[in-house]
Amino acid sequence: MLREITLGQYYPVDSLIHRLDPRTKLFGTLVFLVSLFLSRNIWGYLLATAVLTAVIRMSQVPFSYMIKGLKAVVILLLISVSFNLFLTSGEVLARFWIFSVTREGVRMAGFMAVRLIYLILGSTIMTLTTTPNALTDGLEKSLGLLHKIGVPVHEISMMMSIALRFIPILVEETDKIMKAQMARGADFESGNLIQRVKAMVPLLVPLFISAFRRATDLAMAMEARCYRGGEGRTKMKPLHYSGRDHVAYGLMLTYLSGIVILRYL
Amino acid sequence: MAIKVEHIDHIYGAGTAFAQYALRDVNFTIEDGEFVGLIGHTGSGKSTLIQHLNGLLRASNGQIYYNGECIYTNDYDMRALRGKVGLVFQYPEHQLFEADVFSDVCFGPKNLGLSKEEIDARAREALGQVGLDESFYRQSPFELSGGQKRRVAIAGVLAMHPEVLILDEPTAGLDPKGRDEILEEISELHRKKGMTIILVSHSMEDIARYASRLLVMNQGEKVFDGTPKEVFRHYRELEAMGLAAPQITYIVHELQERGVGIPQDLTTVEEARDAILQAWKGK
Ligand SMILES: Nc1ncnc2c1ncn2[C@@H]1O[C@H](COP(=O)(O)OP(=O)(O)OP(=O)(O)O)[C@@H](O)[C@H]1O
Ligand SMILES: [Mg+2]
Repeated sequence: MLREITLGQYYPVDSLIHRLDPRTKLFGTLVFLVSLFLSRNIWGYLLATAVLTAVIRMSQVPFSYMIKGLKAVVILLLISVSFNLFLTSGEVLARFWIFSVTREGVRMAGFMAVRLIYLILGSTIMTLTTTPNALTDGLEKSLGLLHKIGVPVHEISMMMSIALRFIPILVEETDKIMKAQMARGADFESGNLIQRVKAMVPLLVPLFISAFRRATDLAMAMEARCYRGGEGRTKMKPLHYSGRDHVAYGLMLTYLSGIVILRYL
Repeated sequence: MAIKVEHIDHIYGAGTAFAQYALRDVNFTIEDGEFVGLIGHTGSGKSTLIQHLNGLLRASNGQIYYNGECIYTNDYDMRALRGKVGLVFQYPEHQLFEADVFSDVCFGPKNLGLSKEEIDARAREALGQVGLDESFYRQSPFELSGGQKRRVAIAGVLAMHPEVLILDEPTAGLDPKGRDEILEEISELHRKKGMTIILVSHSMEDIARYASRLLVMNQGEKVFDGTPKEVFRHYRELEAMGLAAPQITYIVHELQERGVGIPQDLTTVEEARDAILQAWKGK
């Protein structure tokens, strides 16, 4: 029922991409996002498409599964595309009522759509191939420098990893409570807007209560095990770069230079 | 014939890397007025199975019939089915949401579209059946004890007047007294109202005491189906599945091996006591 949300959900297969160090993947995602904004013409996007396809292939996550994450942002996509389509000035192609479509508008809208979709796919690959724990470990290590200027990097990454860990739990809990209320005849699927909002009360109240209960339980369990923040805390599995990470960094730099060169074609 | 399950499979996450068989070719028929115990090791598919019986989960393959009608036909009224097959989930107290006990129990009958008087009458009756008196009606459900919350949740389902009542481990996490009281109330519904009961439990003692028929699940398959005596005769196989027979069965077998002449298939303490006394007097 509610298992459609892919963002932030790990897909457990053993692929080359899965085995990369989380820092490599974080950096790779960053490189990819930057490259999308650097590209100005079709060649840049073609290169990005080729790389994205190759990475998706290597990750062994079924494409259909990845696409599910896109459904959640369809509305956002439509809005930004139509803004670009109708509100860019230039050579007019067609006109309805007060809207006019321009050549530049079509171009912008097309690039915008591709950019957004790739942006989401790019970050989805990272979350699908990296466990939330590895991801926050990677973040914590990568942002280590910020710690020196007083940013509580460990605390932030701990909060992130707890938040990420809670997403599937809350999804599951929602599913359970929804079923329990449906067993009592609740109807979440029909009715007008007001009826639907009202129908959410029997779902949301127990959900909030259980979220608070879980949060206090977790805090208590952490304290009981003497958690006291990041100072002097060591890792059970410290991160290490291996050969394939170096290769990956090399490929990323090559890709980025490719994009920069194509920009001036 | 109340419920008939034909060759159902259930696959969680079909078509993804998480795909997992939770049920495999399960078949059985439950007659009106039966008291069926459903047992199985943790993860054997009990909760999955019972959620099929009121249409909350849809089988990947196979058919389910309620009173002879296939529940998977397009115009079948699932909400009406959920009123007739009442399902009390594991830890049902987590579903409470209203400001007071009475309103929470009213939620189910209200969804059935009954009149105000009828809803009130049913809520009173249901709360009475689980042993909660008027002093509880206006209390917040969140301020009750675990056992009281559980009763409120059970009453919430009873108030819908189901023909079949399914309970998923209704006694998990309760103290022995609370456990016995709840089981007694369920058993009374069965005896006095002739309600069909399906009880999921980990306690072989409880099951042997109340159920007249046992279904045993193992890794998504139904492995045994029979009276408690028949099923507990396979206690060695049950052990291999991570289950056990009631404690008393072991004592009976031990006594027998030492040459005490008592019948083999005793499953409750009372039966065993009578048999042992008889054997002792006969000597
Ligand atoms: N929502 C779900 N998504 C995916 N897999 C699930 C889901 N619910 C249950 N499973 C899996 O299906 C199998 C059967 O689970 P089920 O909850 O039916 O077991 P159970 O017999 O009720 O166990 P218990 O005695 O612990 O309650 C388990 O292996 C479980 O991991
Ligand atoms: Mg269960």
